[in-house]
Amino acid sequence: MEEVSKHTFVLQQLRELFLAMGKATLFNLRFFRELFFPPTEWRETLKQCYLMGWKSLPLVSITGFIMGLVLTLQSRPTLVEFGAESWLPGMVGTSLIREIAPVVTALICAGKISSGIGAELGSMKVTEQIDAMEVSAVNPFKYLVVTRIVATTLMVPILVLFADLVGILGGFAGISIKGDISLISYATKVIESLDFIDIIPATIKSCFFGYFIGMIGCYQGFNASNGTESVGRAANSAVVIASLSIFIIDMLAVQITDLII
Amino acid sequence: MQTELSHKDPTPIISIQGLAKSFGPENQVLKGLNLKVAKGESVVLLGRSGSGKSVAIKCMVGLIAADSGSIKVFDKDMLVMSPQQLNETRLKIGFLFQSAALYDSMTVAENLGFPLRRHSPELSESEIDNSIKEALESVGLLDAIQKMPSDLSGGMRKRIAMARTLILKPEIMLYDEPTTGLDTITSREISDLMLKIQEDHQSSSIIITHDLACAKRTGNKVAILKDGVIGVEGTYEEVSKSNLPWVQDFFID
Repeated sequence: MEEVSKHTFVLQQLRELFLAMGKATLFNLRFFRELFFPPTEWRETLKQCYLMGWKSLPLVSITGFIMGLVLTLQSRPTLVEFGAESWLPGMVGTSLIREIAPVVTALICAGKISSGIGAELGSMKVTEQIDAMEVSAVNPFKYLVVTRIVATTLMVPILVLFADLVGILGGFAGISIKGDISLISYATKVIESLDFIDIIPATIKSCFFGYFIGMIGCYQGFNASNGTESVGRAANSAVVIASLSIFIIDMLAVQITDLII
Repeated sequence: MQTELSHKDPTPIISIQGLAKSFGPENQVLKGLNLKVAKGESVVLLGRSGSGKSVAIKCMVGLIAADSGSIKVFDKDMLVMSPQQLNETRLKIGFLFQSAALYDSMTVAENLGFPLRRHSPELSESEIDNSIKEALESVGLLDAIQKMPSDLSGGMRKRIAMARTLILKPEIMLYDEPTTGLDTITSREISDLMLKIQEDHQSSSIIITHDLACAKRTGNKVAILKDGVIGVEGTYEEVSKSNLPWVQDFFID
């Protein structure tokens, strides 16, 4: 008897998982369909780019600077031990651009942007604002979802590039604490150690991070069930799922980059 | 069972026939609802909580997909329309939500201008501003033009929401519990405003309410939903004098 109920429970869970995957797939497909059909909500898209990009700059700047500084300070003793201190600028630049800045910036955006979208849309759903939009013959999916996903897909890579730059400056600050190197020779060493190929996969990866950050936030908010409790749940699950997705995408991106390059 | 206490049948502007909607196999809310609303007529829909009143009007504007039946608005069936036709018809229907549903991130002026900017691109900014002021004046809240919805009281939010629907000059108004959560005086003000809208715009209305004072004041006809169908309909006086015990329950003080 107990075995039968366990079996039923597992089947129920599997059914719910597949249903959720199906709903998420349809949501993604609807995004691409709405994206390419007019009218385009340019004004709202620009507003979201400003809110998500410009308003996230202070947080990304502080985090990027600290990342560069700490990475330099932590790596320096080991490199000194092997007499490879001169490799420090190149190592800091490569690590930041290839891996640390994209992942950490995306995680910050998951916490700040994805949860914000989840809470905002969830609250609009619960208070019938999305229904009000639909009743007034405005497509809420296009106005609320498409604009936000486009904004995160465009803004996260730009924030990552900015974090790269600020992180490299943080690295310079770290080296300057215990060493004597000019900014120009530091920058030259960083640039010499980098290939163009280092930036491209990281930027493409960041676009995917941005897409999933927006998509997950919108999906959770747009599908919030009625009740104020669901607003908190939408924001919370947006952060958790977006953060997990970032690591999965990162893992896949590394494998694909290794295969191609 | 459907008992008609009065029969008035001019050409209906809204004609609902056999509307059915269920949420799961054991929760059939509407079981073949029939309702007609004539031009300029105001029908109050009464019923117990959970009887399907809101579901019925949400089916009318396509917010909830009906299982079967037909909802003819201006002689066109809303349930078989293409999305574009549905949107065109929605522009002729104003919907006042129970929660007012003002856009929290926008000022009152932006709330009112939002549908207008989208559906009347030929209007200049000054024409839009004038329409916003005119709509706000009609609900007596011109002073609130730059306020955020969070700065408004419940009654003010309802009036602003009414102004937002009026700005598109709808021919049909659907009110979902317009006076719920308001004090007696504010409820009466909202009822008076609904009457004024009906007179000024010659609009037809369906009003869902539990407020009998509002029902008496605003409705030409009262229909009571029971077991997923209209159990009884007629004028307020006719329905309130019904001998049916379950109808009497609605009118006991």
